[in-house]
Amino acid sequence: MMLAHSTSLAETHPGPWAATAMIATIVLASTVGEVMIAAAMKSLGDLDEIRARSGLMGAIRAVLSRPLFFAGVTFLAFNFGALLYALNHLDLSLVAPASASLTLVTNAIAAKIFLKENVDRRRWTAAVLVCIGVYFLAH
Amino acid sequence: MAQKKFSAWQYMVLLLIAICGPLGDTFLSRGMTSYPSISLHHPGSIIAAIFTPWIAMGILLLIGFFASYLTALSWADLTFVLPATAFGYVFIALLARFWLHEPISLERWIGIVLITVGVGFVSQGPSLTELPATGAQSGAIHAAAEVLDGEQGK
Repeated sequence: MMLAHSTSLAETHPGPWAATAMIATIVLASTVGEVMIAAAMKSLGDLDEIRARSGLMGAIRAVLSRPLFFAGVTFLAFNFGALLYALNHLDLSLVAPASASLTLVTNAIAAKIFLKENVDRRRWTAAVLVCIGVYFLAH
Repeated sequence: MAQKKFSAWQYMVLLLIAICGPLGDTFLSRGMTSYPSISLHHPGSIIAAIFTPWIAMGILLLIGFFASYLTALSWADLTFVLPATAFGYVFIALLARFWLHEPISLERWIGIVLITVGVGFVSQGPSLTELPATGAQSGAIHAAAEVLDGEQGK
């Protein structure tokens, strides 16, 4: 009886490890996608200047010519799929705040390592404050 | 880091990111909840949903969000743009409070204050990291870009 009860619970409510894995997948895919898109846009230069020089179509062509942009968009699409999958198994009140707030911190770490952004004390403080704030607001 | 001042247009782009993203999500949510249940056996109903006013407006707003987001990333750091994006949550909460007259709990007010202080913190600092002449990309990202560019050239 106990076994049957716990099995049905496991089917409807994933355990803490499964929930952690789902949220980690969302956060990882989002971070990789955001960093790749940021790298693609940085390598392009000021998009407003490109638009002033070559028009809107020129700016769109410039963005679409970056393979890194497509790789980033692919990861963001995967992130969206992972989010939908997690929402199918977990509560929105857990998934939304956890993934949105954690992504801010992982992005700051990834931007420092891969994009060599100068993430100084001011930016760390901002990332942590916004991370906690988003958690409170979205919960 | 570069200590350059933003132009009025660049402030406008940051504002568009903060407003269009959450507003687009809200429009989509509003449109989908009022739309009849969609079945995978009738994929045509998904296409038809795109042309309903709320969902069409939501999609347009999200396109505007993505275009503004890409533009901002071309002249500002990711760690500068992302907290600014989060300010949209505050915008939506205040809109819900003063337009829809929804109550906001103490927890949410704390969240609003923390995000506002965080965005205030980051906006006081420089927006872009100046890197050596080798370009903005480095490390693994630079290697990934070279591999992908090479594949494109084939």
